Amino acid sequence: MRYLLRRLGFYLITAWAAITINFLIPRLMPGDPVDLMVARMNGQIDPDAIAAMKRAFGLTGGSLWSQYWTYLGNLAHGELGRSITMYPTEVSSVIGGALPWTLGLVGIATIISYVIGTGLGVVAAWRRGTWLDSILPATTFLQAVPYFWVALALVMVFGVTLSWLPVSGAYSLDVEPGFTGDFLGSMAYHAILPAITIVVASIADRVMGMRNVMVTTLGEDYVTMAEAKGLTSRRVMWAYAARNAILPNITSFTLSLGFVVGGSVLTEIVFSYPGIGSVLLKAVENEDFPLMQGIFLIISLAVLAANFLADLCYVALDPRTRQEA
Amino acid sequence: MDYLTGSGAVHAVDGVSLTLRRGEILGLAGESGSGKSTLANAVARLLRPPAVVTAGSVTYHRADGSATDLLRMGKQELRRFRWKELAVVFQSAMNSLNPVTTVGSQVDDVLRAHDRSMSTVERRDRAVELLRRVGISADRAKSYPHELSGGMRQRAAIAIALALNPEIIIMDEPTTALDVVVQRDILREIKALREEYGFAVVFITHDLSLLLSMADRIAVMYAGQLVEHGAARDVHDHPRHPYTLGLLRSFPKLRGPREELLGIPGTPPDLRDLPPGCPFHPRCRFAVDACSAEQPELTEVHSGQWAACLAHGPSYGPVPVELSAGGSR
Ligand SMILES: Nc1ncnc2c1ncn2[C@@H]1O[C@H](COP(=O)(O)OP(=O)(O)OP(=O)(O)O)[C@@H](O)[C@H]1O
Ligand SMILES: [Mg+2]
Repeated sequence: MRYLLRRLGFYLITAWAAITINFLIPRLMPGDPVDLMVARMNGQIDPDAIAAMKRAFGLTGGSLWSQYWTYLGNLAHGELGRSITMYPTEVSSVIGGALPWTLGLVGIATIISYVIGTGLGVVAAWRRGTWLDSILPATTFLQAVPYFWVALALVMVFGVTLSWLPVSGAYSLDVEPGFTGDFLGSMAYHAILPAITIVVASIADRVMGMRNVMVTTLGEDYVTMAEAKGLTSRRVMWAYAARNAILPNITSFTLSLGFVVGGSVLTEIVFSYPGIGSVLLKAVENEDFPLMQGIFLIISLAVLAANFLADLCYVALDPRTRQEA
Repeated sequence: MDYLTGSGAVHAVDGVSLTLRRGEILGLAGESGSGKSTLANAVARLLRPPAVVTAGSVTYHRADGSATDLLRMGKQELRRFRWKELAVVFQSAMNSLNPVTTVGSQVDDVLRAHDRSMSTVERRDRAVELLRRVGISADRAKSYPHELSGGMRQRAAIAIALALNPEIIIMDEPTTALDVVVQRDILREIKALREEYGFAVVFITHDLSLLLSMADRIAVMYAGQLVEHGAARDVHDHPRHPYTLGLLRSFPKLRGPREELLGIPGTPPDLRDLPPGCPFHPRCRFAVDACSAEQPELTEVHSGQWAACLAHGPSYGPVPVELSAGGSR
């Protein structure tokens, strides 16, 4: 318990550092980012927006110190300023609108990829030396293939050539958003291709990661002993070997969960999926600094949260971490 | 038994034939790398690739007189046989316990796998009883392996081996990593348990002198081959093979007259490419020309004591005094 509290303290400090850096960066840039932007737009921007931007950056005059407190106060109320592209929408509500899509699509796809990949890795290691080994080069190939390439290939085959699946958007425009069967069905239908993209592009890492650790674990004496005990192969494989082999893989899994928010930009763009990735692209294109800042903040916090989740998993799964270190 | 490696097959165990009698302690000694663990694992059918059993059999005679070859058992039959008839205490108890589950549950799962009629409470009581029997208190059943000392882990491993009251326990250097006092306690414990439960033990060690107090019979391995075996007393008092003699002399004697610590010069041979003739001849004090040409067979030198050494054969002159019954030891 003390261990977890210490970790939590560490993450809080890191989060504070991320927030503070987020505050400082615009101020460390030469000049003032808002003035720079206004200059670039030849004054064709209305004074309201300029004021909003200044507020968003906390450039409200006064000392750096008082600006910092204003910034923290706003953050505590979930205020991240207003988006420039979608003015006068609040950055927080732009992110709030996009985040559930990303979490739903990428989060679920990542979990599926992890569960299937880990399972395949366990079996591939258990049956090493059989024909299963001959599919390993295929996973190496998959590992090398980038997301957008998989996405484009899937769009070509299933979307354009076969016209089986929709290739863009999160739901079709002729259904009313809401908690209805129609809408959820349309959502799932639209999520198939992007989800497959993410699973296909990330599963090879999972399989190989698990297989490699598992092969090492299978050489451990406790696995041999479990076998000598006459336990069923299933029990030896899962309760002894996989149960231990999973530990080194927790970090990579939770890290990939942490990057769910920011890591699937290309997939979302290819499929015009209304998630954080698409919003980030829009923000970058339009130099929408408040929005970018907000998204980066969310991404950093997500990575921190995932790290804390990793610690929780370790404590739950590995008794050795429960010991007071 | 071979290990197939990139640079050729390692003949880790070759032509070894041993008999373990009901309820006896058979000591298996030899230098590191002589193939003791490989032999033990082969007998329990625990070898994994790259290890292969190229030839041989492991015949198990049941109390009712029926006999089976372990190496030909089907998967299910083997699973039932394991632990109920043959249990193993591995070379490093440090690593043979699952680090993520409690000691108690590692006793529990072997009970559950083999005896479906036992209730949860019965199994728990049995686990506690077993641990108590080897000197681990009941509350330690809920401990994880990392919370136990090396000696306690070794005891826990022995408790797990006892769980199903097996006929045979193979103990692969069960005390090598422990300090002398703990080692002595555990050896005494093993003997007491043997008296109580009547199982037979294959006790593997590189410390031949340790076996005198433990074993009924001793077998000595060199380079994957059996070089001598016989009653513990005989082997200890009158070793008939130069390698056994060297092993005995490489440990200082606590009692009795002082003698030269001889040890064995040189290093063990490469198992991929054994020297011709007797594998030990390059390191042997008594070697003659014939030793590099002729491979000695195990022959009965003294009643019940067998050695694979040409010195006891017709082609050698008089048997060196150290290798005969008149030898000092
Ligand atoms: N996986 C393997 N691949 C190749 N050779 C191996 C393998 N495992 C063991 N060997 C070789 O087999 C021989 C016998 O090894 P084994 O572990 O049986 O020795 P041991 O007598 O138990 O030694 P120790 O006293 O150190 O435990 C050694 O020469 C070793 O190098
Ligand atoms: Mg060994």
